[in-house]
Amino acid sequence: MTLVKSLAAKPWIWSFLGALLVWLATISFTGGYGGGGMVTAALSLAVFTVIVGVGQMFVITLGPGNVDLSLPANIGLASAVAMKVMGGSDSMIVVGLLAALACGAAIGAVNYLLIWALRIPPIIATLSASFIIQSIDISYGRGLQIKPPPGFADFANWQILGIPVLAILTVLFTIAAAIALQRMIYGRSVLAIGQNIRAAWLAGVNVGRIRFLTYTLSGALGGIDGALLAGYFRGANVDIGNEYLLASIAVVVIGGTSVAGGKANVPGVWGAALFLVLLLTMLNTFGVSAGVRLLLTGLIIVGVITVAGGEKAIR
Amino acid sequence: MLKANTDIIRLNGAEKHFGAVRALNGVDFHVVTGECVGLVGHNGAGKSTLMHMVAGTLRPDGGEIAVRGNAEIDYSVARALKLGIRCVFQELSLCPNLSIAENTRINHPALTGLGWRRKAASLIAAKLDEIFPDHGISADDIAGDLSIGRRQMVEVARAFTVTRDPLDLVILDEPTSSLDAHTAGQLLAFVRRFVAAGGSCILISHVLGEVLQNADRIVVMRDGKVVATDAAKAFDRDRLVATMGGAEAREKIAAEIAAARPADSPVRVRARPARQEDGKELVARAGEIIGLAGLAGHGQTDLLLAIFAAATRRKPGIEVTAPVALVAGDRQSDGIFAQWSISENIGIRSLAQLRKGLLISPQREAALAEFWKQKIGIRTPDMTNNIFSLSGGNQQKALFARALGSDAQIVLMDDPMRGVDIGTKLEVYDLVREEAAKGRTFLWYTTETEELDNCDHVHVFKNGRIVANLTRDELTEEKIIQSSFGDAA
Amino acid sequence: MTAIAPGTIPRSSPRGSAARARLLRSLLPALSLALVLIAIAWLNPRAISYFGFSLMLNLAIPIALATIAQMFVIAGNELDLSIGTFVGFVGCVTATWLKDAPLLGVIVLLGSIGVYALLGALIHLRNLPSIVVTLGMSFVWQGLAILVLPKPGGKAPDWLLALMSFKPPFIPFPIIAALVIAAVVHFGLMRTSYGVILRGSGGNPAALRRAGWSLLRTKIVLFALTGLFGVLSGMALIGITTSADANIGNGYTLLAIAGVILGGGEFVGGRVSPIGAVLGALTLALAASPLLTFMHIPPDWQVAANGAILIIVLAARVLISRRER
Repeated sequence: MTLVKSLAAKPWIWSFLGALLVWLATISFTGGYGGGGMVTAALSLAVFTVIVGVGQMFVITLGPGNVDLSLPANIGLASAVAMKVMGGSDSMIVVGLLAALACGAAIGAVNYLLIWALRIPPIIATLSASFIIQSIDISYGRGLQIKPPPGFADFANWQILGIPVLAILTVLFTIAAAIALQRMIYGRSVLAIGQNIRAAWLAGVNVGRIRFLTYTLSGALGGIDGALLAGYFRGANVDIGNEYLLASIAVVVIGGTSVAGGKANVPGVWGAALFLVLLLTMLNTFGVSAGVRLLLTGLIIVGVITVAGGEKAIR
Repeated sequence: MLKANTDIIRLNGAEKHFGAVRALNGVDFHVVTGECVGLVGHNGAGKSTLMHMVAGTLRPDGGEIAVRGNAEIDYSVARALKLGIRCVFQELSLCPNLSIAENTRINHPALTGLGWRRKAASLIAAKLDEIFPDHGISADDIAGDLSIGRRQMVEVARAFTVTRDPLDLVILDEPTSSLDAHTAGQLLAFVRRFVAAGGSCILISHVLGEVLQNADRIVVMRDGKVVATDAAKAFDRDRLVATMGGAEAREKIAAEIAAARPADSPVRVRARPARQEDGKELVARAGEIIGLAGLAGHGQTDLLLAIFAAATRRKPGIEVTAPVALVAGDRQSDGIFAQWSISENIGIRSLAQLRKGLLISPQREAALAEFWKQKIGIRTPDMTNNIFSLSGGNQQKALFARALGSDAQIVLMDDPMRGVDIGTKLEVYDLVREEAAKGRTFLWYTTETEELDNCDHVHVFKNGRIVANLTRDELTEEKIIQSSFGDAA
Repeated sequence: MTAIAPGTIPRSSPRGSAARARLLRSLLPALSLALVLIAIAWLNPRAISYFGFSLMLNLAIPIALATIAQMFVIAGNELDLSIGTFVGFVGCVTATWLKDAPLLGVIVLLGSIGVYALLGALIHLRNLPSIVVTLGMSFVWQGLAILVLPKPGGKAPDWLLALMSFKPPFIPFPIIAALVIAAVVHFGLMRTSYGVILRGSGGNPAALRRAGWSLLRTKIVLFALTGLFGVLSGMALIGITTSADANIGNGYTLLAIAGVILGGGEFVGGRVSPIGAVLGALTLALAASPLLTFMHIPPDWQVAANGAILIIVLAARVLISRRER
């Protein structure tokens, strides 16, 4: 009984419950057929949302107004960079991954530079940056049809007993992120800034450095995500990151992280990512049109934020 | 009371709680037609809360409100305005993006239709001319461009403009805090004319002389209660100060202060305010407690923040030679992390010391919190409870623990005793002196004069500059007030 | 954005310099537009003609209307990330129902303004971040647009086509339309007595509440105005393109935000300028494609040009306020 109570108090539990419900609804529709395969597919796809979602979570936790809108453009460019550097050869996989990471981190650093130097809200800074990145990507990736090295594509699609290896690695990564959030100076500082940036500065937190690190981290995760996506889908393209603008923000919000800042939730990102992926699978299984799918996705996000919202810092 | 029919407003048994803090504890208060009521008390005594109730911006948790003898069940700002009751709030209420005329429009729903801009402009200009004849403000000026003093002038003048609603009672909450002596005099003279003409006024001021000279009746508040009400003539400064309380604290401090202090200890801070034009500067040595005095908002906090910033990044005119910590006065906006436990709130300044390897050690964090719980007497069953489970005084103690538990050798205090009960104050004074004796340096900005008795030196501020440097022996309340109002060269 | 009345000589120096900085900043939108125009005139003198302007500013009207729409929410310290897909949705309704079943079309469009008003109420009452709510709504509008018009097509009502292809003598229609939009909104927001309250709700909401005004109402009005101008933008767009596509408005979200900022608006504090916003929209409309074409810059870089203009203007603004400090 106490277990149930303490679980119910955890905000992330709802996203997992939602994912479970959607899964049950789908397999009851198919008569139990394909339930396992669905989980495998959901895990493989959720990985990409979780990686950028964690980056976005740290950014959003910095407090109101902080959000990284450059992630889609970032993912697109990094995927092209990774494929070009790898050049289809297995020996260059690590170099290509590093290049994507560096590309993403550089974008994140530029984002913060704009925020800091022009003293503009992160929304407009990451937005203007994404305009430019998008053009670079279009121009750089034109006609680029380089396939990932076979080894990399195999790695990105590798499964052990129906569990994608990438998902296992991502779980390890999220555990590390959760520890960093609660037990490292960096994470504590992010939480402090998100609750009250002025109080954080007055308590000796190096606000500038932490914000810089956070935007760079988000950028770097976007970069890695781009490379992995290109590997998984066996090729890069300009639009590969488009859906991750909304998805990255949605998993943060649905996962129980406070949009007012200062309260983050790592497990919730996983639950919410699975929920979103399974929801799409369900709608596809039911055979609804693209319009209904978009409509429902939007309504669910507005609904979740309406239920979860209303808690700004007590003042 | 038989005079009930001449009451403008009457509150009976008004109560208000903010979380664990009891801001008002059964207050009876009234104002009659044609009188100026002076309201005095220390910070946190409940004056502002009471005035918010009169103005309709706060709903009492208990008690009754009656206007002109009629009980008001659903009292609100809109209702108060309709009944002719207005308030000039301590925090400025102008919209910085609007012009003075447009700001006037906001307070007058009746200013509509063609030509409203012209009407609003002439309305406010006429009132400014009447109260502050040489104001130098144009109705087209954008509020955000004006100096804080001029903004206060506009706000006061705006409260006295009349269109559709009547004007019977104006609450002036520290109306002279940003005005110079000349404009303050103009304002007070206007208030007397207004009252003589049958208007009513509530005057809140830290400058006791203003209240003694201008009020007909004085109400003294302390710890959320009214402790005295009497004709102004029946009070003098000493009786007022004694009634407000804190005198016992004063005697205790005086008895305990150890005069001896090494004069040749190393200099920890040397700072000159940005607006200082003469050579005066603030010098603080190891083991010293330096007071920053003067009227609120005259550059004391700015200097503390500049010193704080200079500790991490070099700044011209400021020299800091040791780690710095700051104890915030405005707990909610500058100090508390609302979602965290008490121990997390204490540990945030000392994260580097709490580490074991790369990770913060929960044991060390708990040990630090437990140590300060005992030492400073934070009253809670469990330091892992949320910070808001504490009363205001204990929250402030947690902020002291944050600073004193850190490696900081210099502690900046930004009027930290606002709204703190007397018991907590005395405990903290002892602690500050004890830590100073161990070699820590304290820079202490306070709006409460008796706290300055703890200091070795007191710098009085006016308009962002240091205008006087008093040693403890020279320190008297008169001297501080004199310097605060004197002409800054 | 707040012109200094002639004859008022600033009396004190800090106020004078603040007013000067503000004047300089309020001239920035006009200066950027002039700069773009000079560049175009220099690159291609023939473009500066009745026909040239009609062509170059073809899409400026819907962009200006969308920018004004965005400006209203920004005046209340909020942001609308769904205005682009909303314009697309309105476009789809305009090209289908408004032509085939005018009554239904009108009801749907009015209803969508009502949805905006409800969003304003929801955001205020539940204290929600408008970014997330409107991001969700952007999917809702897009989904509805696809449901209304699954494939690109439809046709604009004839009266709308006639209106948008109107050719007045001497001055090209887009310029007249821009002047009218700027004048009407400037009067409504900057000159009327309720416009003051709307701007005040962004400047100091607490003060407004203390003066007895309803912040719920100001938020609803601001969001409804955003919806109204979004509807006008979508209709104008279809009047020009003649047919619709569910994705037709997607780029407008970013253009509209950029236009407001370019026009001297700020994200918080109720500091916006309708005239500046229209100028900003014209600048973006000109800079985005005609200028780049004349400069022989490939269309790949069009989006980047918008981003770069935004960054340059913001940098100029920072320089102005630094120097004045």
